[in-house]
Amino acid sequence: MANTTGWKPSMEKDAGGPARGDDVGLGGATRGLAYEEALVFEQGSPGRSGVSLPARGGSHDPAAELPASLLRGTVEGMPELSELEVVRHFTRLSVWNHGIDTGFYPLGSCTMKYNPKSSEALARMPGFAGAHPLAPPEMVQGALELMHGLERALSEIAGMDSTALSPAAGAQGELCGLMIVRAHHEARGNPRRKVLIPDTAHGTNPASSALNGYEVVQLASGPDGTLHPETVREAMDEDVACIMITNPNTLGIFERHIAEIARIVHAKGGLVYGDGANMNALLGVARPGDMGFDLIQYNLHKTFATPHGGGGPGSGPVAMKAALAPYQPLPVVVKEGERYRLVTDPAERPQTVGKLREFWGNFGMFVRAWALIREYGPEGVAMTGRLAVLNANYVRARLKDVFHLPYETDSLHEVVFDDKAQKAHDVITMDVAKRLIDHGFHPPTIYFPLVVQGALMIEPTETESKETLDAFVSAMRAIADEARSDAAGLKASPRKPVRARLDETRAARKPVLRWKPGLTVE
Amino acid sequence: MRYHPHTPEDVRAMLDATGAKSLDDLFRSIPEPLRLKRPLELPPALDEIALFAEMGRLAARNQTSHPPFAGAGAYPHHLPPVVDQLLLRGEFFTAYTPYQPEVSQGTLQALFEWQTYVCLLTGLEVSNASLYDGASAMAEAALMARRLTGRRKVVVSEAVHPEYRKVLETYLRAGHEHLAPVPFGPDGRTDLAALASAVDGDTAAVIVGYPGFTGVVDALPEAAAIARKASALTVSVTSEAVALGLLQAPGALGADVAVGTLQSFGNPVQFGGPAPGFFATREQHVRQMPGRICGATVDRMGRRGFVLTLSTREQHIRREKATSNVCTNAGLCALAATIHLSLLGKNGLAELARVNFERARLLRDALGRAGVKPVFSGPAFNEIAYDVGDAEAVVGRLARKGIVAGAPLGRWYPGRPWSKGALLCAATEMHSPELIELFAREVRG
Repeated sequence: MANTTGWKPSMEKDAGGPARGDDVGLGGATRGLAYEEALVFEQGSPGRSGVSLPARGGSHDPAAELPASLLRGTVEGMPELSELEVVRHFTRLSVWNHGIDTGFYPLGSCTMKYNPKSSEALARMPGFAGAHPLAPPEMVQGALELMHGLERALSEIAGMDSTALSPAAGAQGELCGLMIVRAHHEARGNPRRKVLIPDTAHGTNPASSALNGYEVVQLASGPDGTLHPETVREAMDEDVACIMITNPNTLGIFERHIAEIARIVHAKGGLVYGDGANMNALLGVARPGDMGFDLIQYNLHKTFATPHGGGGPGSGPVAMKAALAPYQPLPVVVKEGERYRLVTDPAERPQTVGKLREFWGNFGMFVRAWALIREYGPEGVAMTGRLAVLNANYVRARLKDVFHLPYETDSLHEVVFDDKAQKAHDVITMDVAKRLIDHGFHPPTIYFPLVVQGALMIEPTETESKETLDAFVSAMRAIADEARSDAAGLKASPRKPVRARLDETRAARKPVLRWKPGLTVE
Repeated sequence: MRYHPHTPEDVRAMLDATGAKSLDDLFRSIPEPLRLKRPLELPPALDEIALFAEMGRLAARNQTSHPPFAGAGAYPHHLPPVVDQLLLRGEFFTAYTPYQPEVSQGTLQALFEWQTYVCLLTGLEVSNASLYDGASAMAEAALMARRLTGRRKVVVSEAVHPEYRKVLETYLRAGHEHLAPVPFGPDGRTDLAALASAVDGDTAAVIVGYPGFTGVVDALPEAAAIARKASALTVSVTSEAVALGLLQAPGALGADVAVGTLQSFGNPVQFGGPAPGFFATREQHVRQMPGRICGATVDRMGRRGFVLTLSTREQHIRREKATSNVCTNAGLCALAATIHLSLLGKNGLAELARVNFERARLLRDALGRAGVKPVFSGPAFNEIAYDVGDAEAVVGRLARKGIVAGAPLGRWYPGRPWSKGALLCAATEMHSPELIELFAREVRG
């Protein structure tokens, strides 16, 4: 961080004590005005409203048409606020958040890259935002052309033949992919029973398998953090429907035996499913379709910078080889001459697995992803993967002498450390994470992957500058020092946000999941 | 490349720190034969001005100058600029799932407010932090009913949105579950006699639309009574949630689970997605509920704060034993709905619902003067199916005038006496009396 305003990092002076006015973190975090803000239901006054509505323009009485038992007066409990009150409420809430726009957000496996403002302006064009999903195709040729362009691009980037755009998020993409796997096997007379999943996998992989009626067989990864062919060979039989592999895996390590593993699985008639959560590492460098994968889901909110939005909406298109295309969910966008059309009738695709969500998918996310791909072009997309990997490797190189690296194997777009070195001082990963907040950084993903005890999973992404990474490295190193000198002070963090550490046990034991009049939480 | 901050000097210095000789050298762990040895075949890069020109060209190929008269699960409503301007605050927009509650209190409190709104609208006790869409919310409701009852059969009214039913079918097929459809009568409401005979001791859930896809407000209390007698759960499905500003809460009419979308609040139709799915149920089912849940608690200083809670239901803890595979939901869409509902408030919501009811009657009156009559006799909210003679022909004719005329029901219900003529038309606050008159003239031809 450039120090041009006269501030000096001063966290070490305050450790353990109350935060002071000159307390500045290595990410530049200091104190500002943040407001206490009541729930929206605890504010306002009867009679206020924040909308301007047209007059009804008629005299039809609902009570004349609808039975009294089906009518309600007003919705009790709804607040009554002016427009300014609503604006202030949500503005105040917003500043309690850390977003990518606020600062560095190295949440591993989530690919928190910058979300271009252009994409937001484009998605709001009335031609996109106002297009009705059931409009006749001749009225929405632009939307369909866009979907077709994105479908072609995602297929090319993954090295696949076609891409089903509709799944609503990565986990629904997995569900869709497994349905396709099942349909493929059913067409051969036996759906098979098992899915092989390495121990480094995201929790959604086994959950999606179970939802598809498959039994999960967990495979142990080797001491180098990769899956070994002999492990797969032992587990593989003709009752295995597919193997689900994230590549690079959640340790950020490329599964270098992937081609051989794919051969082993294919030899017994199984399929190779890719969890594309980590596609950012491979953009323009290598393609899943060229290394033995039969199908893979994207996460457009990770790889193609559509907003994470405080937890979605995502978008999880599934790219696949031609042999699986007959099973893909509807709709399928097709180009016939110069005209685009959605195939929605199962009669045209009798082998389709069906439909994953209403209408055609998260179109608003397609617009943003397509805008990014169009702005980048082939060179920009390929540079994205390279710079993401450079950033992660730079952080790794600069921290590996103070944080323990459980796997020495080369990693790509993210790096996983653990708290082994800090535990000697009774400092654990959670403390490191919370202290980062006081510096002005969002913590990495913690305690995942499960194969690493006390994991700290750092994914910087390509949109972060060297100066930001240097500041983050300095903060991590300062925390490592602090673990030795003042563990108690470290455990009192975070001190700067509007709330200190929250009692999660209480939340789960005595659930309070909504406001009611007189709500108190103690 | 404006999103890549690296200067050549940065790249050099960073490579030196890693010990790699070049960017490509960083990928030495990828076996040589697996690497891509040619540029990706993608259209060439565009500068911002060219990008806007190209995207503008595509947007212009969509005709959206009139609000569509089609609803059918995606409703055109006025979006107050406040909603979008608050939504675009980067702290909301560029945060993720609130895994670190101390720096996510904004998202968390907003989700707690969303959950409260969903409970207030549905008359149920607990809600989750949103799901992908209405269709997957309905599928998740069926799966939850199955877990709770240990039964397999799901009885679903044919008056439930056909897109939702297709998604349900897809989800259930994955687990080999049974789906039993029940027809609806000439009033557009579920045939209660057929429902009663379809519900048996193996029935996990009875699903009805509220309002249904035909626009008609279904007989929810009667359907719930039938379900209750067989100890099955009643699931109500609402895709036009403005209706809940006028209609009795589904929870008050016997629904055990209420699902659907709140797209109508704060979210554009945007060619069908994204939009926030909602899910509400009774308190005793909370530990079987799918998806993220936000709860109130206190921090170390005793101050009220919010966290994601009851996560032992979820995939990242329970893996294959989780209640659902859902991870990311529709947080931003839920925030948009929360902001819009806050602007509307108690009286604004009631008034908006009445304006919608009224505009649908203006449309019915205008079409009635043109000799066009409703197909179904049951009570409706803002969406009514009309017998226009040849619905597809009317849609084609009005498309040439730049108007989306409605949803021809024959596409989803072939072979019924009314299939050819039935055109489902919605009217909202976006359809001015003048536009409604113009529309009625065009329909008459």
